[in-house]
Amino acid sequence: MKAARITADGLYRAALGGAAALVFVVVALIVFEAARGSGLSIRTFGLGFLTSTAWDPVSEKFGALPYIYGTVVSSALALLLAVPLGIGSAVYLAEIAPRRVGAIVSFVIELLAAIPSIVYGVWGFFVLAPWLRTAIEPWLIAHVGFVPLFRGYPFGIGMLNAAIVLSIMVVPTIVSISREVLLSTPRSLREAALALGATPAEAIGVALDAARPGILGAVILALGRALGETMAVTMVIGNTNRISASLLDPAATMASIIANEFTEATTPLYISSLIEIALVLFAITIVVNGAARVLVYWATGGRRSAAALA
Amino acid sequence: MNIRRKTLHLMALGLAAAGLMLGALGPAVQAGPATTTLTGAGATFPYPIYSKWFDMYHQKTGIEINYQSIGSGGGIQQVKAGTVDFGASDAALSDARLKEMPRRVLHFPTVAGAVVMAYNLPSLKQPLRLTSDVIAGIYMGQITTWNDKRVAAANPGVALPAAPILPVHRSDGSGTTNIFTTYLSAVSGPWKEMVGANTSVSWPVGIGGKGNEGVSGLVRQTQGSIGYIELAYAKQNRLPVAHVRNKSGSFVEPTLASTTAAAEGASPLLAKDVRTPIVNSSAPTAYPICGLTFLLVYQDQKDPAKGHALATFIDWAIHEGQDVAASLDYARLPEAVVKVNEMTLRKLTVAGKPLLADR
Repeated sequence: MKAARITADGLYRAALGGAAALVFVVVALIVFEAARGSGLSIRTFGLGFLTSTAWDPVSEKFGALPYIYGTVVSSALALLLAVPLGIGSAVYLAEIAPRRVGAIVSFVIELLAAIPSIVYGVWGFFVLAPWLRTAIEPWLIAHVGFVPLFRGYPFGIGMLNAAIVLSIMVVPTIVSISREVLLSTPRSLREAALALGATPAEAIGVALDAARPGILGAVILALGRALGETMAVTMVIGNTNRISASLLDPAATMASIIANEFTEATTPLYISSLIEIALVLFAITIVVNGAARVLVYWATGGRRSAAALA
Repeated sequence: MNIRRKTLHLMALGLAAAGLMLGALGPAVQAGPATTTLTGAGATFPYPIYSKWFDMYHQKTGIEINYQSIGSGGGIQQVKAGTVDFGASDAALSDARLKEMPRRVLHFPTVAGAVVMAYNLPSLKQPLRLTSDVIAGIYMGQITTWNDKRVAAANPGVALPAAPILPVHRSDGSGTTNIFTTYLSAVSGPWKEMVGANTSVSWPVGIGGKGNEGVSGLVRQTQGSIGYIELAYAKQNRLPVAHVRNKSGSFVEPTLASTTAAAEGASPLLAKDVRTPIVNSSAPTAYPICGLTFLLVYQDQKDPAKGHALATFIDWAIHEGQDVAASLDYARLPEAVVKVNEMTLRKLTVAGKPLLADR
């Protein structure tokens, strides 16, 4: 009897442990294979790969800097647009809107997350791009063109288009998680704040403060999607390996160069360089995720110390 | 490289699994005699006609041909790894790449295609005319407005707008880009030196669209833009395309006939080496930006049944198969190139013995 129980228990533990280990093994295999595949490129270009702006398949000179720049800047811009919008709608849906309206609207927003990225790409290319080209970008050039960010030619596609499409793609993540987190904060927090004479806005502020780690988690997830998004970005970013200060100019990301060139890459060094791009993307994702985690840790720690002070 | 090999292993596993499933279904579904199945992989450009051919040939002979249009690069890799019976590529293999192959590989051109210059100039009533210098100048960033005197010189009596030129190129690696940059390298010394020819290159100017649909979408949306796309795609979407001046000095409209003429003009060179690019053909009616697409086949076949099936299929495709080319907007091979293919077919062997002795 006793032996049988231990076996069942052990099996259960082993199954769970195996599932957890499998995830780790998959990640380790990805890193291992990417590192092995990029060996030739690493030996050929060394660290210069990260700082070179050349990408010339004819003479086989490869560098990742324009793509690193494109990935980081497009993701950062997307978050800049999506975070205020996402948190704003989450606060409205959780705190202000009637409960039924909140449930319906958040259901619709969550539907957005299920739309395939190619659909966002097509929308960005056929709807957003002409609008940017004929209305928004000429206005920006005419009125704020003195800032280098808005100088240049109204292509319609480029960094700005990519950032807008990405921001729309990540908003649902931010909204739905932030709303859940806000709803799960104790009602007593707001009541206590109101009882102490806080305005309704200040009471929401208290709730937001309590929900901060969860909201930051939502932003990290959104950032992950923005960094790795491939199809939609490839369609609207313009795909040129130049670093330009202007948001109106075309650019390229690490994911887009891989999607564009992997199928027709024929020489070993070319393939190896594309795999090294994947490795660099992986490294950047880890760094950014790590940094975001530190931010969460710092933020939650800050809240605790504030609570301790009070 | 290892990732590639790994992918191949995975693919092989997948194919094996699919094979097992088919095998399980086999006895119930299949009534006829055991059939030969060939597998191929490679270029996406000829995929529509290849799948039509494979379907027609299956109905005619019962030989099944499975083709994965994974891109020329992938096709070449799979031929090298020996995981397919034949490969397909829009670019012929260079000498260096041929040397990397474990055994001797033969090229069979199957159809020809043209790359056309689509543009967006609504004020223009007649087709735009372009010379090689103008096309190279635009894509090198030396000609930046439509009323540049070099563009005007090719279009006498035409009022060209003072609008900036927006050059559009393919962002993804493609055989179309290879044909276009091979042409520019052939007609422009500076282009050959600075940029060169490949399935993707380091573009001096312009923006990139993904696929024919990406390039033509950008051209359609943006006034003053110009982009290169496949002839078949431009025809099906009725885009205005430029007439380009060929080597003998006449402005030629890109059509299936002027594409076949380009291959015809290059046939003496093709007879010596079938891999010779057919761009900038000296034939008077030839459109200058053209290319052939190839099947890649090992000269010495290991499996007699498969080798025979492959040889008879190629023989069929370069003769009867050519009749359906035009209906799918591919340019048929000229008779001279069919002759070159017949010569190459005779070189095919199985275990050292000729495969098609009767031809």
